[in-house]
Amino acid sequence: MDAALIIEWIVKAVILIAALLFGFMYLTLYERKALARIQVRIGPNRAGPGGWFQPLADGLKLVFKEELIPADAYKLIFILAPILTVVPALVILAVVPWGDTLTLFGRQISLSVANINIGILYITAITSISIYGIVLAGWSSNNKYAMLGGIRSSAQMISYELALGMGFIGPILLAGSMNVLDIVHAQSPVWYVVYQPVGALIFWIATLAEVNRAPFDMPEAEQELTAGYHTEYSGLKFALFFMAEYIKMIAVSAIAVSLFFGGFRGPFIDQLPWLGPVYLFLKVVVLLFGMIWVRATLPRIRYDRLMAFGWKFLLPLSLANIVLTAVGILVNMLWLIPVLTILTFLLAVLLLQKAVARR
Amino acid sequence: MLTEIIRGLSTTLKSMLEKPVTIQYPEEKRPVRQRFKGRHRLERYENGLEKCIGCSLCAAACPADAIFVEASENTDEERYSPGERYASTYEINMLRCIFCGYCEDACPTEAIVLGDNYELSFTDRRQAIYPKEMLLVPVPEAGKPTPQKVEPGKYNRSIPEMKNLD
Repeated sequence: MDAALIIEWIVKAVILIAALLFGFMYLTLYERKALARIQVRIGPNRAGPGGWFQPLADGLKLVFKEELIPADAYKLIFILAPILTVVPALVILAVVPWGDTLTLFGRQISLSVANINIGILYITAITSISIYGIVLAGWSSNNKYAMLGGIRSSAQMISYELALGMGFIGPILLAGSMNVLDIVHAQSPVWYVVYQPVGALIFWIATLAEVNRAPFDMPEAEQELTAGYHTEYSGLKFALFFMAEYIKMIAVSAIAVSLFFGGFRGPFIDQLPWLGPVYLFLKVVVLLFGMIWVRATLPRIRYDRLMAFGWKFLLPLSLANIVLTAVGILVNMLWLIPVLTILTFLLAVLLLQKAVARR
Repeated sequence: MLTEIIRGLSTTLKSMLEKPVTIQYPEEKRPVRQRFKGRHRLERYENGLEKCIGCSLCAAACPADAIFVEASENTDEERYSPGERYASTYEINMLRCIFCGYCEDACPTEAIVLGDNYELSFTDRRQAIYPKEMLLVPVPEAGKPTPQKVEPGKYNRSIPEMKNLD
């Protein structure tokens, strides 16, 4: 291991974190603008030209706010919890490649921070850790709303993590590898969303629940729990929770792009490797718009229905999806997978509809 | 269920193409309604005399006790309003005012009128008290500023009958 390699890793890590922080800032603006447009408004346009300095203004405001720690809070964990939430969100993207290798200064530089062969396992492991931050935040605040928010989120995230994990299995089976770079390269003729339409949908719904976005934003339901687990947080610590949520949005979108939408691959990628990050960015922006769009459309679902949906609909459907994918690969007829899975999906929707109507 | 979700999503997507309804407030102001009740105005006759005769009926009618009037005697040397008396002090506390318009109804000379200005903001309580100078409308073109020096016996009625005083 030479010194240049270490420098290369450090530079790539710094670039990734800077991109995520910058992306977080402008994701808040993007969300507010897109939501405003959907609601036939204009959105923030006062801070700087066209509202482009709005994230800076928000960030400065949060930095200069008073930091309160409730008298009865468990101080150490109260301070640790936001950090525990942000760090997994920041490191999760380390295994997602932003491109193939690039030749710079006579060196072959692979465009991913860590190209490890169990990348998918790493992602599932890290997403599980971020629950701790939220639960501990809720518990250490010594506030009933925060506690309820924390417990809800732990229950919700654990339930949906199963469906999320099942969603990962489809691409793994198709690519025959857990390395994210291999999965991306395996999608070179057709994206896996073609073979795994239901898998992609399940994955996407589960990620919405995983990052606590509407319509699954139960842990921070303003109307019921004031603000959920971060009720007692203010100033920079609140900003950290906010940051974690938005960075996780970017991260899961990037993962979904890598698994189902061809990752960094696009036209002319083999001739021009630097196009990789550009394609990845564009695809992530489109998926993020999907999240904002769903938030603007669907109302929050009731808590018991959320759990029932996760356990009784998404999980069986994802299991069926895996079985059908395996069958399709076994008989070597890949076109069979989307046909069968979509039929199963429609059947499941029909059954769900009947079950809801009976109530 | 699936069709409903898709319909909802398409509805929100379609609304993105609509023109935003936002009015950029400080730059672009929407005209108020005809009967809007905004900040008060103290009116003048066309010759510049004030309509207010300092009778304090508005203060009596005010449910929020926001109006304070102090009357003084008019003389022909220094005439502010037709009739015997005029309001030497006229103050409205805009923090108390509820813009009900009862003062407007109580006024016998139609001197106090609720106008269309709704931009009432102040940085301390003292600024919330609007004195007479702020409430009084500017002197009309045909008129002269008060106090006016007039010939004796011309304005002996508080509510003059003529519409257009010379």
